[in-house]
Amino acid sequence: MPRINDVGGQDGFGPVVEELDEPTFHADWEAHVFAMNRALIGRGLYNLDEFRDAVERTMSHESSYYENWFRAIQTLLEEKGHV
Amino acid sequence: MSDDHDDSPIAARVRELEAILEEKGLLDAQELDRALEAWTHRASPANGFRVVARAWVDDGFRARLLQDANAALPEIGLSMGGGLQPQQLHVVENTERVHNVIVCTLCSCYPIALLGPSPTWYKSPAYRSKVVSHPREVLAQFGLTLPETTEIQVWDANAESRYLVLPRRPENTEHLTEDELTKMVTRNGLIGTAAV
Repeated sequence: MPRINDVGGQDGFGPVVEELDEPTFHADWEAHVFAMNRALIGRGLYNLDEFRDAVERTMSHESSYYENWFRAIQTLLEEKGHV
Repeated sequence: MSDDHDDSPIAARVRELEAILEEKGLLDAQELDRALEAWTHRASPANGFRVVARAWVDDGFRARLLQDANAALPEIGLSMGGGLQPQQLHVVENTERVHNVIVCTLCSCYPIALLGPSPTWYKSPAYRSKVVSHPREVLAQFGLTLPETTEIQVWDANAESRYLVLPRRPENTEHLTEDELTKMVTRNGLIGTAAV
């Protein structure tokens, strides 16, 4: 069964909304999540495939992109006993 | 990394996790600074603009780029390396007959080394779901209407393969220098949601 992230061809997500002059990150915490993920993968606490898998099984379409990332990072760190 | 004063609940939770990881010696602030520096400053759409301008003025480079982009990029000081895993870049060329668009239907795979972090719309379920089934409708939302005779090819990126669109060189630009041409290219042009 496809996971929740596999949306290609589905209907019901509404129009595409483009934000003009969008900044790279909308808040400092998003930049922290982005950087934290790279650093933790770099240290080998988990790998990129594990991260992708964690995003796919914990994400919600109600959450923002970096909220989903943060939930995945927390989940992996808990599952691996780091926090 | 500098502290911020965002008092939203999520910002507080991120700070809390960072503090725990730092205390356990699993993360340090300088490491975060380095990660950000590398990916938000060095990796920017300006890299992609240079690739396009060179391909427009140098047929040999364009041929090598379309053949094997990873091998051609070092000619202008760029590379697909430096990421967390090897990625093969495929440059897809717009022609009079074919217009290319890139997407990642599963998540957000994107040529970040050349364009920097992707815009929110690229990562949105709305774009990812619809551009594969109704590309003309999606392009119209970006103000790009293509002739019915133009075929639209949608490329779905994944962990190992990333795509970059090579837009058509605008007409009457023969007199422009390579540097001036870089200023005509937009990030959306490299994704395929703009003509250039």
